[in-house]
Amino acid sequence: MSEKKTKRRDFLFTATTAVGAVGAAAVVWPMIDQMNPDASVKALASTEVDVSSLTPGNTLTVLWRGKPVFIRRRTQEEINEARSVKMEDLIHPEKDEDRAKNPEWLVMLGVCTHLGCVPLNDKGDYNGWFCPCHGSHYDTSGRIRKGPAPWNMEVPKYEFVNENTIKIG
Amino acid sequence: MSDHDYRPKSKVGQWFNDRLPLLTLANHLTDYPTPKNLNYWWTFGGILTFCLITQIVTGLTLAMHYIAHADMAFESVEHIMRDVNYGWLIRYIHANGASMFFLAVYIHIFRSLFYGSYKSPREIIWILGIIIYLLMMAAAFMGYVLPWGQMSFWGATVITNLFSAIPLVGEGIVTWLWGGYSVDNPTLTRFFTLHYLIPFLILGLVVLHIWALHVPGNNNPVGIDIKKPSKDTVPFHPYIVIKDGFALLMFMIVFAFFVFYAPNILGHADNYIEANPMVTPAHIVPEWYLLPFYAILRSVPDKLLGVVAMLSAILILAVLPWLDTSKIRSAVFRPLYKQFYWILVADVLILGYVGAMPAEGLYLLIARVATAYYFLHFLVILPILGFKEKTLPVPLSITEPVLGGSPNLAAARNKESKIE
Repeated sequence: MSEKKTKRRDFLFTATTAVGAVGAAAVVWPMIDQMNPDASVKALASTEVDVSSLTPGNTLTVLWRGKPVFIRRRTQEEINEARSVKMEDLIHPEKDEDRAKNPEWLVMLGVCTHLGCVPLNDKGDYNGWFCPCHGSHYDTSGRIRKGPAPWNMEVPKYEFVNENTIKIG
Repeated sequence: MSDHDYRPKSKVGQWFNDRLPLLTLANHLTDYPTPKNLNYWWTFGGILTFCLITQIVTGLTLAMHYIAHADMAFESVEHIMRDVNYGWLIRYIHANGASMFFLAVYIHIFRSLFYGSYKSPREIIWILGIIIYLLMMAAAFMGYVLPWGQMSFWGATVITNLFSAIPLVGEGIVTWLWGGYSVDNPTLTRFFTLHYLIPFLILGLVVLHIWALHVPGNNNPVGIDIKKPSKDTVPFHPYIVIKDGFALLMFMIVFAFFVFYAPNILGHADNYIEANPMVTPAHIVPEWYLLPFYAILRSVPDKLLGVVAMLSAILILAVLPWLDTSKIRSAVFRPLYKQFYWILVADVLILGYVGAMPAEGLYLLIARVATAYYFLHFLVILPILGFKEKTLPVPLSITEPVLGGSPNLAAARNKESKIE
């Protein structure tokens, strides 16, 4: 067999395989991507909450994207406690000033970063939240202090539309 | 065995068999030479086949009434329980059938561990079995989500969140699994689809499992290779069929006890509360058959390493044929392995117990010790034991020790009486 002929075969094999692989990938991707959040799920991406009835020291829990969101109107004591913590004492160092722009209001996903349970209010060793599933303790800023959770509870994107209304998402 | 020269008696049978040799297959399964010393621990293969068929038949009938929608699933299950004719019976058989399936599969697995059935030349049978076991766990987990109760919802949340432990892509994978930003309707519908699919995958793998078994033939309590057919074997039918049938009847008595007298004892009361994404139950526990692995997950304080440990605990079984270096199969002739075997059984039972308890204090300490021992058994004890252990003399055949003529007569007779 001449050298030229072998090369031509090789090229055809490679080209056929490559085109076949691209074709297969083009078919497989829609099959995979159909499982990602669809348009109707994404459309529910923001929600507005009336917080006028919330008094200091209380928490409102609302559902956003199928997950609970904690809206905590903090007392001065809780704010002081959250802001006096040293960064080196934190597992996931974040300043309270960055988590709560308006110190009186703490808005965060009520989802434990360990395996997704909903932590309980006003519980645990740090006067914040306690997750009953696997024992994670959060402080008054929702930061992880003790237990298996790796991160602080997530602060979603939110804004005050007016004095009494928070828009989450 | 008459596999090749088999010829149906009737003309029609011959005509059909020449075109599709199904009757040859049936004849092979009937005549299949089986070691004559198989004990009742060998009847669980048949029992497991029964369990699979039961789950498929009851599952199909439940699917005719169940509605896979987050707003309707919980009510449709209650509708099955209260309104559908015999719906309560079919659902209780299906729910308890899952537990019975796992009970039987654990006995089946531990029988293999005791008699060394996973060793050469049966590695492929064993690995197929482990894949079936993994699929069973996936099917059971997804099935438990379908009633859409509190345990369904939070069990699904916790287990799918295990994937978030994967660095970088973990969160994306979890969102993809959910089809949203939390466990919700898209999650339920896909779990229903997969729960429906998996039993048929298992059925296909069972065919391969039995096919692979019929190549070397059954292992046996003495664990030696035997000539087939010979005076060491009996035909599958009627000998094993009758024995399997009797064991199945005994098993069905236990099954029926749960279905009729304690249908909810293996479940969790919280699952009769409809799923609520705002409230997590105080104490989340998986079904009993997953507890040992749950205990391993929780015994590791790091999220990623906990998940890795849990998966390794299962996958380590797949490489067991190469971790166990002993040439002797049956624990009957391995005095040291036999003791370690029972320690492992106790270790797994302890893991199951602490898996059901809160992960704190003494329970956590016990879980950590038991987890460490589990891996020690497979990774250290088994490989070393194969070289260090002084095994007992193995008989040359099943028949010889009984009829005389074996050089190991006394030893084998002594050991055989212990098997019973």
